[in-house]
Amino acid sequence: MPSLAVMASKKEVPQELSTAPFDPRFPNQNQTRYCWQSYVDYHRCRKLKGEDYAPCDYFRKCYESLCPFAWVEKWDTQREENRFPGKI
Amino acid sequence: MTTWSCMNLQDSASPIMEQLIFFHDHTMMIITMILAMVLYFMASTIINELVDRYMLEGQTMELMWTIVPAVILLFITTPSLRLLYLMDEIHNPIMTIKTIGHQWYWSYEYSDFVNVEFDSYMTPYEGDNKSMFRLLETDNHVTLPMHSFIRIIVTAADVLHSWTIPSLGIKADATPGRLNQSSFMINRPGLLYGQCSEICGANHSFMPIVIESVSTENFIEWIKKLSE
Repeated sequence: MPSLAVMASKKEVPQELSTAPFDPRFPNQNQTRYCWQSYVDYHRCRKLKGEDYAPCDYFRKCYESLCPFAWVEKWDTQREENRFPGKI
Repeated sequence: MTTWSCMNLQDSASPIMEQLIFFHDHTMMIITMILAMVLYFMASTIINELVDRYMLEGQTMELMWTIVPAVILLFITTPSLRLLYLMDEIHNPIMTIKTIGHQWYWSYEYSDFVNVEFDSYMTPYEGDNKSMFRLLETDNHVTLPMHSFIRIIVTAADVLHSWTIPSLGIKADATPGRLNQSSFMINRPGLLYGQCSEICGANHSFMPIVIESVSTENFIEWIKKLSE
């Protein structure tokens, strides 16, 4: 554990803390659909606008913040094997 | 160890819990007054020997004993509903953490800035160790920054669990295939303890939750170290 003086001197500007904002489509405690919709929207956005269209990253940020890693992995495999149930 | 503090609610570590304690005390006071009054009426009815055999109704009295309880109930429902909707509110969270209930441990995921995930198992109690709580310590603490709004997503991988921190006034069911959202703001540093609150199998009692509330700078240090 570094001394307090060291910790104080190491103060740096934290990288921007941001997370998926409140979405009025999902006002309830149940946020399952928010995660799912963001995942589908991200891949649909990339399909329509191209792989390096920056605004699509908004959806990626949302689903990364909300979906458990295991879900994303599962959906990624499903997309690779062309058996993803959503419309992309 | 059982101490007198177990009689009361835990000290609050968030504004919501503070309000919940105030509400509890307020309602308790009303209940105590009603109990005292009813006991007095019952006692006086039993002891009283003067009986009016011809009294069939008393309009004024009946009106009063209908209206007065209704007004008393209003004094309970108003703050109760206010709190209920306040707890449901998501105040622009600065970060999201995910907690996943497993048989029988909790795992946590941080994915807003770096992708970090870890499991949190109970630390077994060693003999006469006075510096730890029996059945409450975990090997990995959920470190969180205080004074900031945090959204928590609660889900489960196998069966129902429930993620609870009494001193934050949080309890959310963890259901497989469903993401439940809750939010809180911790207003002091320290360790906050909780336990699984939904019977989830043989080791239900042995999957505690420990939150370590630290300053934002220390939190950033911690998450950096974890992601290396």
